Amino acid sequence: MTAAAIPAEIGCPSGLEPPADGAIIDPAPFVRRANGLARLDLAVFGAKCAGCIRKIEGAMTALPEMQSARLNLSTGRLSLVWTDGAFSPRHIAERLDRIGYRAAPFDPEATEKESDAEGRRLLRALAVAGFATANVMLLSISVWAGGGEMGPATRELLHWVSAVIAIPAALYSGRTFFASAFRALKHGRANMDVPISLGVILALAISVYEFIQGGAHTYFDAAVMLLFFLLIGRFLDHRLRLRARAAARDLLALQAVTASRINADGTLSSVSARDIAPGDKLLLAPGDRAPVDGIIEEGESSLDMSLVTGESAPMRQGVGALLHAGVLNLTARLVMQATKTADASLVADLTRLIEAGEQSKSRYIKLADRAAALYVPVVHTLALGTFLGWFFVMDAGLRVSVMNAAALLIITCPCALGLAAPAVQVVATGRLFRSGVLVKSGDALERLAEVDTIVFDKTGTLTFGRPRLVNRDQIGAETLAAAASLARISRHPLSRAIVAEAGAGRAAADAAETPGDGIEASIEGVGAKLGRADFVGAKSSDDALQESWFRLGDADPVCFRFEDRQRADAAETVRRLGQIGLTVEMLSGDRCAAAEKVAADLGISVWRSGMSPRAKTIHLDKLRADGAKVAMVGDGLNDAPSLAAAYASLSPGTAADASQAAADFVYQGDGLAPIVEAILVARASRRRVLENFLFATIYNAFAMPLAAMGMVTPLIAAIAMSGSSMIVTLNALRLSGRRRG
Amino acid sequence: MSVLVFLIPIALFLGGVGLSAFFWALKSGQFDDPKGDAERILLDDDLEMGD
Repeated sequence: MTAAAIPAEIGCPSGLEPPADGAIIDPAPFVRRANGLARLDLAVFGAKCAGCIRKIEGAMTALPEMQSARLNLSTGRLSLVWTDGAFSPRHIAERLDRIGYRAAPFDPEATEKESDAEGRRLLRALAVAGFATANVMLLSISVWAGGGEMGPATRELLHWVSAVIAIPAALYSGRTFFASAFRALKHGRANMDVPISLGVILALAISVYEFIQGGAHTYFDAAVMLLFFLLIGRFLDHRLRLRARAAARDLLALQAVTASRINADGTLSSVSARDIAPGDKLLLAPGDRAPVDGIIEEGESSLDMSLVTGESAPMRQGVGALLHAGVLNLTARLVMQATKTADASLVADLTRLIEAGEQSKSRYIKLADRAAALYVPVVHTLALGTFLGWFFVMDAGLRVSVMNAAALLIITCPCALGLAAPAVQVVATGRLFRSGVLVKSGDALERLAEVDTIVFDKTGTLTFGRPRLVNRDQIGAETLAAAASLARISRHPLSRAIVAEAGAGRAAADAAETPGDGIEASIEGVGAKLGRADFVGAKSSDDALQESWFRLGDADPVCFRFEDRQRADAAETVRRLGQIGLTVEMLSGDRCAAAEKVAADLGISVWRSGMSPRAKTIHLDKLRADGAKVAMVGDGLNDAPSLAAAYASLSPGTAADASQAAADFVYQGDGLAPIVEAILVARASRRRVLENFLFATIYNAFAMPLAAMGMVTPLIAAIAMSGSSMIVTLNALRLSGRRRG
Repeated sequence: MSVLVFLIPIALFLGGVGLSAFFWALKSGQFDDPKGDAERILLDDDLEMGD
């Protein structure tokens, strides 16, 4: 076997995902060691297809003494096990970086917590409840249908079998509800789980009593069916929340930044960003991010500042220049001196602003919880009233009184209420996912539906935020293909723009990049160069940062010009947002003139320029104080605090990680149309949820008097419960099909 | 009606087989990475190329 060659092309081979921007985090502090084996878990970003699995696992198993490398595509987790000491953990990050994927190490503690134990418990409970419901229902239907023909001995046998199945099953699958109800009662509160637990336990107890007395009515089927439906709702809700948590966890992993410190004796040691003190000398290799604020001491390199300023064109900086934490070193080796600790650096400031915003967001109370707050006391009062009425007024005896009160609790049990919101949210999330919008949480949909003002960031949101080739028609197809074959090995934004224009293809075999100058290769025996004007031997124009030159042999050099353009459907989207009743505003960190031009082009009348991240959040706070519910759309790290502070927030899939983590919705693609789609779906799903609540209320309005009068038999309870759950689910499904809710 | 003595245990046994099959699948990690498993079938790394 020959070792698998690492392909020259970077990123996902299907072209579904652009290659990572190449920040390397040294995972050394995160390696767990035991019995001579080293283990490491990494979050890998950008893996999308079978080709990615092969590339990543192939590159990892090619490392010496690698025992196992497995990528979980669903969670983006790469688990590695190797013989300790065989190689430095940094090789792992470098190798992943070389094939175009970014990786962030997981904290061992976070890894433990992350295994989805709760989800598994719910799924097991759901399976047991489903099994019990199906089997007990089979027996119950025989009892109901058997009527007069069935002998009491047979009926007793069927009840006996039902009890043996239903009681352990209900106790097992109901644990979640019992535990939650018990916790709530201990704190002197009542939540939705209190009537559920009470209903289930009473149903079981009464059924056992009835069956010993030889009575005809048992509620074994109702108890397990109730749990089955409610567990479906719980499970769906849990999955939605899990996805939101996973996004937050990835952000946390990215903040686990490490750095190479140059010690006094000239040796290098890998330290976590928290341990860096002002005055430390740090080595920044190409692809590293500055972990703290500092100044450049040695070297000169192109820097990508987009994370900090939102400005996409790379800057060339040399000795003495100020480096903010989060700035990405693109081309050459730098030595920097730290001037601040990680906690005092700019990125940490932004993180604190994000946290503050998220706290204000978590105060939102979900529709379902608001409904439960009304529902719980009403049901408890009515059940108690039923019991007292039958016992004292009608003088019906303890058995009948408890039976009727229990029937009321069972039939009003919030099956429909428990399914109403999760079912709608799952359907809406699925539909948005197909249109390229990732929804981070269920309540985000509820918040977005209430929004009346939408605020856009300019760079990267209304515009592409990265250079795009503008003189495509002056360049021949062959020249473009040749230039792209060189550009494929580079991470420079201008190279990526050429590759984006040329589409899929192969990289030139012997292409080599000279940091800061350009790329050289031979194409069919002729030397080719792509890069700065003086690198290829051309005369530069004024705007050197926004152009790139290509020369094949001795032919005339060809100029590639780039510009940040407005998104094609920006004006259309702004107009449609106005049509559906939203006020559109624009906040930009950019200069006044640039912002004014975009605002005029798009027909946005309210705009501000030169805004700092803090000024943006202050502006949002002011809008909120005026009673507006604001949706924020932004992509830069400088937008992340305002995304977190807004009532609801969206960010494009190309945004900085922190922004994607702070936003409620992440949309893919080059257009802005998904924003309108997301708002319309959110509004439609809010309508569905309210319809479902209305239905549940009407249903209860009929069911409660019947139950209180003692007219509900187990058959009626079963039909009513499954019927209402099905209607609620079908109503939710209406969302998925049509274009407009 | 005495046939019930056989039928009910048989029905429960079959249901139980299904339930334990599901538990086994859950425990052995069949649901850990649905997306990856769907893609992995496209890889033929497990075939001996014989070089």
